[in-house]
Amino acid sequence: MKQEKRTVSAFSGEVIMKRIKVLKQFMRKNLLRYFSAILFSGISVLFSVVSPMVVSFAIDSVIGSEPMDLPAWLMRMVENYGGREALREKLWLLGLIFLVLQLLAGVFQYLRGRWIAISTENTAKNIRDTLYDHLQHMEYYEHVKSQTGDLTQRCTADVETTRNFLSGQLPQVGEILMNVTLTLIAMLSINVGLTLYSLCVVPFIFIASAVFFTKVRKVFKQVEQSDSELHTTLQENLTGVRVVKAFGRQSYEINKFSEKNSRHRGNVKRLIDTMSWYWSVSDLLCMAQAALVLFIAVSWAASGRITLGTVLLFTVYIRNLIWPIRHLGRVISDMGQAFVAFDRIIEILDKPAEPKDISGLKPEIKGNIVFKNVSFQYPDGTSPLKDISFEVKQGQTVGIIGPTGCGKSSLMHLLVRLFDYNEGSILIDGYELKEIDKKWLRSHIGIVLQEPFLFSKTVLENIKIANPKATRHDIENAARTAAIHDSIMSFEKGYDTLVGERGVTLSGGQVQRVAIARTVLKDHPILIFDDSLSAVDMETDLMIREALKEKSRGVTTFIISHRISTLAQADQIIVIDKGRIIQRGTHDELIREPGMYARIWAAQSEEEI
Amino acid sequence: MDKFQEEVFSKGFKLDLWKKLIRYAKPYKNRLIVLSIYMAILAVFDAVIPLMQRYAIDNYIITKNTRGLLAFFIIYTLIMIIQAVVVKLMISSAGVVETGVCHDIRKDGFEHLQALSLSYYDNTPVGWMMSRLTSDIWRLGNVLSWGLVDFSWGFFMMVVTTVVMLVLDWKLALLTFTVIPVLFVVTIYFQRRILFNHRDIRKNNSLITAAFNEGIQGVKTTKTLVREEENLKEFRVLTGEMNRKCISAATFASVYMPIVTLLGSIGAGLVLWRGGNGVIAGRVSYGTMAVFIMFAVQFFFPIRDMARIFTDLQSAQASAERILSLLETKPDIKDDDEVINKYGTDKGKWPKITGNIEFRNVSFTYKTGEKVLEDFNLTVKPGETIALVGETGAGKSTIVNLACRFYEPTEGQIFIDGYDYTRMPMLWLHSNLGYVLQNPHLFSGTIRENIMYGKLDATEEEMIRASKLVNLHPIVERMEKGYDTQVGEGGSLLSTGEKQLVSFARAIISDPAIFVLDEATSSVDTETEYLIQQAIKNILKNRTSFIIAHRLSTIRSADRILVIRDGRILEEGTHSYLLSQKGYYARLYRNQFIVTAENS
Repeated sequence: MKQEKRTVSAFSGEVIMKRIKVLKQFMRKNLLRYFSAILFSGISVLFSVVSPMVVSFAIDSVIGSEPMDLPAWLMRMVENYGGREALREKLWLLGLIFLVLQLLAGVFQYLRGRWIAISTENTAKNIRDTLYDHLQHMEYYEHVKSQTGDLTQRCTADVETTRNFLSGQLPQVGEILMNVTLTLIAMLSINVGLTLYSLCVVPFIFIASAVFFTKVRKVFKQVEQSDSELHTTLQENLTGVRVVKAFGRQSYEINKFSEKNSRHRGNVKRLIDTMSWYWSVSDLLCMAQAALVLFIAVSWAASGRITLGTVLLFTVYIRNLIWPIRHLGRVISDMGQAFVAFDRIIEILDKPAEPKDISGLKPEIKGNIVFKNVSFQYPDGTSPLKDISFEVKQGQTVGIIGPTGCGKSSLMHLLVRLFDYNEGSILIDGYELKEIDKKWLRSHIGIVLQEPFLFSKTVLENIKIANPKATRHDIENAARTAAIHDSIMSFEKGYDTLVGERGVTLSGGQVQRVAIARTVLKDHPILIFDDSLSAVDMETDLMIREALKEKSRGVTTFIISHRISTLAQADQIIVIDKGRIIQRGTHDELIREPGMYARIWAAQSEEEI
Repeated sequence: MDKFQEEVFSKGFKLDLWKKLIRYAKPYKNRLIVLSIYMAILAVFDAVIPLMQRYAIDNYIITKNTRGLLAFFIIYTLIMIIQAVVVKLMISSAGVVETGVCHDIRKDGFEHLQALSLSYYDNTPVGWMMSRLTSDIWRLGNVLSWGLVDFSWGFFMMVVTTVVMLVLDWKLALLTFTVIPVLFVVTIYFQRRILFNHRDIRKNNSLITAAFNEGIQGVKTTKTLVREEENLKEFRVLTGEMNRKCISAATFASVYMPIVTLLGSIGAGLVLWRGGNGVIAGRVSYGTMAVFIMFAVQFFFPIRDMARIFTDLQSAQASAERILSLLETKPDIKDDDEVINKYGTDKGKWPKITGNIEFRNVSFTYKTGEKVLEDFNLTVKPGETIALVGETGAGKSTIVNLACRFYEPTEGQIFIDGYDYTRMPMLWLHSNLGYVLQNPHLFSGTIRENIMYGKLDATEEEMIRASKLVNLHPIVERMEKGYDTQVGEGGSLLSTGEKQLVSFARAIISDPAIFVLDEATSSVDTETEYLIQQAIKNILKNRTSFIIAHRLSTIRSADRILVIRDGRILEEGTHSYLLSQKGYYARLYRNQFIVTAENS
């Protein structure tokens, strides 16, 4: 039911108009070139339709002795040239004309190919760039809701399908239609009766192949299904090799795989068998159509109703008609998938983006922060923060502690406006946070994330990202501050070591320290460390904090941590539980107060007791 | 790393490589012969049909005679039907070969992978192995089936056409043949280049996919660093390059067909000229000329199909090399014949394991030359719990891998209950081993299936007993489908804690004498954490166990803690003893284990 409803709405006028509008934006200046290319393919078809006429004319009226059936202007030219006798002498001339016509067809076919390529590749580039840009600016919440795999799938496979539609299917349909039309006109101009016989089987060819390819999709699905099962079994086996070996389950795994392997073979075999029916039956239909024309043409020619040249022409034309039409059935049944793919792309673009234009306030940011009764709720209704109030003066350090999932990180997300609070107010140097331009705000706050991301670049580039103007000296200093310089130097390629997906895998602690170096490379009035020393051992943690203290005098600093020792020296410590502030004060105050902080303190300083 | 770079083409024709792989074609020998015969029939018919037309032209049209026309039609129709039937049979046959060859190689490849030792897996990316068993095998199956189809059709078609043309009119034939060498060269050149461009674009495409991935996964970092515009600039460079490559590839490809058509037309033009003169002079019949024109235009097809086999073979050879490199890798660890003869496969006759383990002068060196353990000695009594503690890379995992016989010592020996384990069947140890990974790996299927993985013939009672022992049972009972709950791919539908408990139950169900646990570091919620600690306690009772420990509670309850540093035992003893020594352990303890937040 649901499926049906979707199909109906997928072809409603509104949806189609939207598709066209979006596609037009993507094609922009390439639209004219694109349609010219389709026109070129028409011209190319025209030359290929005309060129066999030269052969037929040569056979009938030059080599043979049929009367010349030519338009008046051509007739005049032939007569001026010396008529049949002269042409017979110079038969090579007709061969050359045939060749020239074919050459022209070839030239336009080439132009079509090139122009289609240029316009669709430019369009594909536009789509990719637009998607990438949009994803970068999309509201953070939309990213949280979506799955990376799904988004990537849409940006790659669906763009590819759309591109194939533009470069393959659509021009093919245009070309086939022009081919059919021009061939039919040529046929009709030669012999109406024979043309009608040429069309007897054609509709069946089209219907048969359109129906077949719609039906066969079910078999395709089965193949895909068993293929992905095979794939999963294989992948699980290979990634779980330790488990397989530890339990000695090799033969069990072999049986499991063997079963999937056989099932997949069966499904592919079934698909090929189904395809074999299609190819043989549609071949038979096409050949039957060609044969029918041949039979009638031969018997008519034998009785003198038509000439030999006409027979030959029709055997050529009938081929121009049947094979493309068989193909058309397939193309049209495949086109549905392109619409689905394109709609999935549009869906991404319809997701809200952070405003790109710079419209907000751009005040000088010093680092005085006031939270007043701030509450925050996700659009799905869960509320990680309730009624948060506290105040931080410029240059102060704030420690935040609390159990996993208590809302510590959300608090920091509010500060950099990855999310916007629903109630209360946050003031930075007296300005309401929501009114400050996002990018302006973010470029004044240095934040080291809990799970920092390194790009597939060198270590140097990854640090430099924060401040492109930084010198090598600055960068090494930042790395020293983050206690990562020595580790970097121990890599074979030092700062030029490639990290990320295609490079060296750094340990969690190393990633965190590179991210710290990146953040301290630039001077920020506000710094946030979101549990960003969790994977670093205590000694290094201490070293980094000492180094930072030097660098960040006068900087408002937030430190989120599970380690009391990391927070102990903060000007104020906030304890959060279940989205609320439950304790607040300095370390000395809090350890004397019965509560969560004192309990954590007791547990963590245990060995000294 | 270079080993895993994928070569697009393999240079030169390597006969011995194909000789080794030809055994996969052997079971289909008869089919392949039949397939060639089918192709020969189709090729002959494809050549016969123009001859039929020639006959019709010369005998009915030119002579204006309709006698025998009916018989002609009937024969023609019969040929058509036979042709369709052969096409059907041919495709089905080729399908049997394609799917069969793929199936057989994949089966062998998988079985071989199961036999390979862990050292192979440690050095080979999973993706690399996956590609061998999927795309490479597919390419090989494809070239052995459809490649043969194309090649034999092209070959027969060319032979038949050539012979027919020479017999009909050898002068005209030789004239037409002048374009063939050019056609050959052009076709091979273009097909290679087009395939090459295609691969190049695919590489570029995977860069774009990676960039999208990075852009999405790193979006938080990007936003906080205000890197949106720079990222886009870099992305545009990638898409710009893709754009250029695609356009130039498509342009190149769109020269191909016009050139080929043109070459055919040159042939046809020549026939029209010389053949036409022949007709006028009465040397050549109309029908012959018409047939020659048709052949000239169509000659490209067999050439294309034959040329394709060259590019296909080249790229298939690269696949074949990779598959063979997999199939020919020898497993480091396996039961040798002596062991098989002595102990057979009946587990009932093997000695029972009580769990006494001894490392005697064990050294271990990786293939890369990196020495991890040297002259390592350790004796573990049955039922003893050993906690291994130390920094990453100290050698803890190696000790565990050796104990599990995932690796074997490069020097020295390991005894289990007094038996040198290399002289025993692998399954002897493995069927008595419970093993839990740091990141528990589950298989798609239900919770029940995953637990029973530890003991395939377990009863429902045994399964539930194991589940209860590790505190999993109450959690599963709360699930709507209970033990029939699907765990998803790699266990993705369960939470981290649930996955750990399932993997505990799986390890414990066969009541193994030896237990190995690489404790997880990832944090789970307080309640689950408690359940896991209790489960570990239950599991360790009366079992010889090795634990790479991260939890304070586990370390404390261990009978013996081994502090490992640089492949040696640095300190050894119970928790309180080691703390009192105020040595390395005491320092490590302060730095690493007091990270936990509130767990009360």
